[in-house]
Amino acid sequence: MTSSIKSDLFLTNKLSFARNERSFSSMKRAVSNNLVAASAVKSGSKPLHVERALRVRKIDEIERGERRGKFGIYGGKFVPETLISCLGKLEADFNFVLHDAEFQAELAIALRDYVGRETPLYFAERLTNYYKNENGEGPDIYLKREDLNHCGAHKMNNAIAQAMIAKRMDRQRVVAATGAGQHGVATAAACAKLSLDCTIFMGSEDMEKQASNVFLIKLLGAQVTKVEGSFKDASSEAIRQWVNDLEVSYYLTGTVVGPHPCPSMVREFQSIIGRETRRQAMERWGGRPDVVVACIGSGSNALGIFHEFVGDEGVRLVGVEAAGFGLDSGRHAATLATGHVGVYHGAMSYLLQDQEGQVLGAHSVGVGLQYPGVGPELSFLKDTGRAEFHTVTDEEALNAYQLLSRLEGIIPAMEAAHALAYLEKLCPTLPDSTKVVVNCSGRGDKDAPLFFQHRPALDA
Amino acid sequence: MALALKSTCFVQLKRPKSCYAFRSSRQLAVVSTRRSTTMAALSTVATIGISETFAKLKKEGKVAFIPFITAGDPDLSTTAQALKLLDSCGSDIIELGVPYSDPLADGPVIQAAATRSLAKGTNFDAVISMLKEVVPQLTSPVALFTYYNPILKRGVEKFMSIVNDAGVHGLVVPDVPLEETEILRNEALKYNIELVLLTTPTTPTSRMKAIVEASEGFVYLVSSIGVTGARGSVSARVENLLRDIKEATTKPVAVGFGISKPEHVKQIAEWGADGVIVGSAMVKVLGEAKSPEEGLKELENLTRSLKSALI
Repeated sequence: MTSSIKSDLFLTNKLSFARNERSFSSMKRAVSNNLVAASAVKSGSKPLHVERALRVRKIDEIERGERRGKFGIYGGKFVPETLISCLGKLEADFNFVLHDAEFQAELAIALRDYVGRETPLYFAERLTNYYKNENGEGPDIYLKREDLNHCGAHKMNNAIAQAMIAKRMDRQRVVAATGAGQHGVATAAACAKLSLDCTIFMGSEDMEKQASNVFLIKLLGAQVTKVEGSFKDASSEAIRQWVNDLEVSYYLTGTVVGPHPCPSMVREFQSIIGRETRRQAMERWGGRPDVVVACIGSGSNALGIFHEFVGDEGVRLVGVEAAGFGLDSGRHAATLATGHVGVYHGAMSYLLQDQEGQVLGAHSVGVGLQYPGVGPELSFLKDTGRAEFHTVTDEEALNAYQLLSRLEGIIPAMEAAHALAYLEKLCPTLPDSTKVVVNCSGRGDKDAPLFFQHRPALDA
Repeated sequence: MALALKSTCFVQLKRPKSCYAFRSSRQLAVVSTRRSTTMAALSTVATIGISETFAKLKKEGKVAFIPFITAGDPDLSTTAQALKLLDSCGSDIIELGVPYSDPLADGPVIQAAATRSLAKGTNFDAVISMLKEVVPQLTSPVALFTYYNPILKRGVEKFMSIVNDAGVHGLVVPDVPLEETEILRNEALKYNIELVLLTTPTTPTSRMKAIVEASEGFVYLVSSIGVTGARGSVSARVENLLRDIKEATTKPVAVGFGISKPEHVKQIAEWGADGVIVGSAMVKVLGEAKSPEEGLKELENLTRSLKSALI
């Protein structure tokens, strides 16, 4: 297991290096590697060569623009000038650790022993059968089990890596904002492990809904600072705190929003999900996934599984946002579906805003999806048509939450339940044996009280 | 030209000896009608722009006093009165903040002011209507302080055109970094709006030079690492930063963030600043008072005491 995680990370280094260098010769080298690997595949040699063959990262617009911090027009650094040089330094440190063998080795061990990677790619047999039509045809549904990560969500992949960077940068204090609390818990845990002081900003509304996470954060030794409102207000306040304190504290972004390099950093650390999925798919059925489905709040778990496959035109990328009470209700979190381009929390991206340009609040039964913005990279994927985006209401998500619990004995996070809910519409359209991978981004223990509040009749 | 002089004289004749703002709405109505008949042909207002204000002050050996208040806190009519009050109490340039739902660069005082203002239903159009009435009555130029998203929503060009029509001379947008200011600058230039850029204690010298080169009106030196909000004292590094900036440019430099006392103002003027900006302290006395009348009185007292430090 070590070797596969290490090789994932190592190959990222090499490829990022190649990407960063962007020399003709490195491109040529990549191409010739693939040719070698292609012949290696035919002769049936080791998985490592196969991985290289599969990892054809086209140097395209995304990566070109990304070096300036932009994905097309999206992204950028729309923050007060005070933060700019701090962000520059962060970017330099980030680029350094990507190539630093020592850091990567340490991260590989942490991901294996502390986080519990790699997470299984689970064949959901009963769920697959549930969605089969009268002829017994339907897609094969696999779940990428990010719910089995330490702290119960994909958040730890990023939190541990960034906490290690904070330590490396000699910052004593880590500051973070959290919505559902999963990022808060993951950050608090990582800080406990690395002996860093930690302050978590959480919205007052969220603290009520996900109270168990508040207890966990405190138990892990972090301070919880209550901010009136929800995640968006907690984020704003955390950023202000960062500006006030930037020589001493490290702002640990939990998701793919914020000024450059934050979206890229989080995406890079979360992309292990997609890399593992690719390898596991190859081992399992000798191919790639046909469709990859993920829920979208701000986009960290979605990009985590999508990013690896963006260059593979044959893989369909499906993002599912929260329609809350319905798209017409005004109470939802469907940023890509109904938002307009704006600047928020440091990046240009789609945004839920009114005609004045004031930012609107978002709603979803999946607390972690309640964010009026969305990652700039996802905005780019939407505009280029590389990924498709759909929405699912609170009711549909609640149903899916219960369905997976009953059919597979797996309780998904309410956020991930949105991705699962979309299977209702998706499966009937797919040919027999299509390989669908759903990113089960977290576990849903935290949502059980909320579920029974919505379905009191079931609490008999 | 003659028309412009006439309206300036009119304003001066009407200015009361004390510092109280115009209260009679009847007078306000008179002013408006006058304006609409004589000023119809002009697209600019009687006041001079920001750079010119600084040039004038420099000749007189004076340091500019630049107060900031949030529009619509406690309400727009109080803002209108406050603007006139600040003007007649000796402000040289007035900064007006447009309330925004997520003010990243602002501390608790200005955040609270924005929240109160938005709760009252303040919107951009209302602020512009108010300015159209009030700006002709002011002798100091007005600069708007707004975040980027409301500008983008309207469209940069449209925004500049609207703001120019209202008689505004300058613009500060705190969440647009230098790299992204090109579009703003081009459109601002077309409409004679001076786009003021900010430089901070964390800005490296090479970047600072690029910023001061591009900034118009004046250079806004942020005095401390953090968001807006009164602080106990002014950091000593402001002196060094001022010196570095003055080596890089002849443009006027005004210092802001955290200034709340006459001692701060005096110190900064002694260090060589061309202007001093006071925000949260003003917003606090105006917005957190028990009544608008009391708020205006407190504002006047504060303005007088801060201005006296510059004499």
